Amino acid sequence: MSWINALIQGIFLGGLFVLFAAGLSLLFGVMEVINLAHGDIAVGAGYLAVVLIPFLHIPAIWIFLVVVPVFVVIGYVIQRLLFQPSLKSGSLTTLLVTFGLSVIIENLLLEAFSANSHSLSIGSLGSGAFRISAGLSISYLSVAILAAAVVTIVAVQLGLSRTKTGRIIRAVADDREAAQLIGADYKHVFGIAAGVAFGTVALAGLALSMYSQISPSAGPTYLIYGFEAVVIGGLGSLWGTMAGGIVLGMAATVGLLASANFGALAPHLVFLAILAVRPNGFFPKKAVA
Amino acid sequence: MSPTGTEPLLRIEDLTVNYGQLTALEGVSFSVEESSIFAVIGANGAGKSTLMRTLAGLHKPVRGRILLDGVDITSVPAHLRVARGIALVPEGRRLFSSLSVEENLLTGTYRARKGEWTLGKIYEMFPWMPSRRTQKASLLSGGEQQAVAISRALLSNPRLLLIDELSLGLAPIVVRSIYSSFSSLLDSGLTVLLVEQDVAQARSIATQIHCLLEGKTTLFGGPRDFTAEEIEAAYFGIAKPDLELGTL
Repeated sequence: MSWINALIQGIFLGGLFVLFAAGLSLLFGVMEVINLAHGDIAVGAGYLAVVLIPFLHIPAIWIFLVVVPVFVVIGYVIQRLLFQPSLKSGSLTTLLVTFGLSVIIENLLLEAFSANSHSLSIGSLGSGAFRISAGLSISYLSVAILAAAVVTIVAVQLGLSRTKTGRIIRAVADDREAAQLIGADYKHVFGIAAGVAFGTVALAGLALSMYSQISPSAGPTYLIYGFEAVVIGGLGSLWGTMAGGIVLGMAATVGLLASANFGALAPHLVFLAILAVRPNGFFPKKAVA
Repeated sequence: MSPTGTEPLLRIEDLTVNYGQLTALEGVSFSVEESSIFAVIGANGAGKSTLMRTLAGLHKPVRGRILLDGVDITSVPAHLRVARGIALVPEGRRLFSSLSVEENLLTGTYRARKGEWTLGKIYEMFPWMPSRRTQKASLLSGGEQQAVAISRALLSNPRLLLIDELSLGLAPIVVRSIYSSFSSLLDSGLTVLLVEQDVAQARSIATQIHCLLEGKTTLFGGPRDFTAEEIEAAYFGIAKPDLELGTL
């Protein structure tokens, strides 16, 4: 029974990993940017919520309505001012820029909030649970996070495949120069893609700070889970990213059955094992979609 | 809409473009009248593609001006030239490989001007397209891809259509069938500036030809103004005393 329980809890934990991975997948798929600051941006979104909640008289669970739009704008601005200029000098430069951003965010958060961890209290939603059977209950929050992850992936996928803007994003990802010839300003299009990616990672940060705790140095841990989900899913494939995140979540919760330490290690081992068998991931694909 | 009434649709003056260390175009000037087919011919490395890419805004000239309808557009970035009425069918077609045929066509409408070209009209011109519209563009044959690339450019309703190496890599019969659909384009008042390696093809379709050699103009005029030998000499740069046409 505990096995089944662990696997089911793992699916829900996977939802959190999926949220972390969605933006990474999008940034890599569209502009081949590997964003090492991704986890720190998520943590930054969590702290923004911690700061804002006392001022805004809304239930904590709705804070995403404020934080996500703010991060969409931040994403656009950071892409245009920071990532875009570095793209010209090659992917290594961009990697270093995102690494620098990661260090800066972490230290700013450390200055502002100290090394203590914070979390967002969401009242009964955080402690309540669906009781499936005697040994199996699923918290409302876990369900909400998985639902948010599924909605995010489906929305990004539909947005890319069905909308005019999505079509242009895919065109720019395919061939930047040819896209200019049909009138697309690829820098603006990259900005939009980065805005969406930052919006999703802000959601991930809020979910994390409600689900467990955030501290200024928590970012890189979740960055790695996000990366692993993207890689085993198949680079650039959003459905693959979802499958990858859920597999990693299940590995973490099943690993916890063995020992508390093994819970953190198991996803990495599963990642390596899958990579050995399927080096291109579940759904190998070259471009986005 | 030209301000003076006598202004050609496109005028380039003393256009000089560097490609890395190399001078790809040197002091090239010409005018393209409205509703004409202007063919640029020349051997490999003559600067033809550089010329087209510069007109589309992908290269910045180091000297000279590009005027569309008398308005200087030399510093207008590539993505804003579409709305001004310039569309380039690039060398190698450059379709978006992960997009379907119809999605590729629809990207052409992204910053389109008002005009008569619609998806329906394209499907009329190429009756094979509708049945394959959901296929990935990368699965089409070379000739079909070229037709999609031209259609994508037409859907932006350009005033000036630039076509770079239409016949490259295509069977002669396919090239002829694409060119034969051109007469209907000209009836719509479109102006075409094309780069062509096949001189005979260029002479048969163009109203003006302009030959480049190593970035410089070696010959220009009507397609029947010169003998095949004269064009050959200008094309390959074979120096003959009687061919100092004073065009340099």
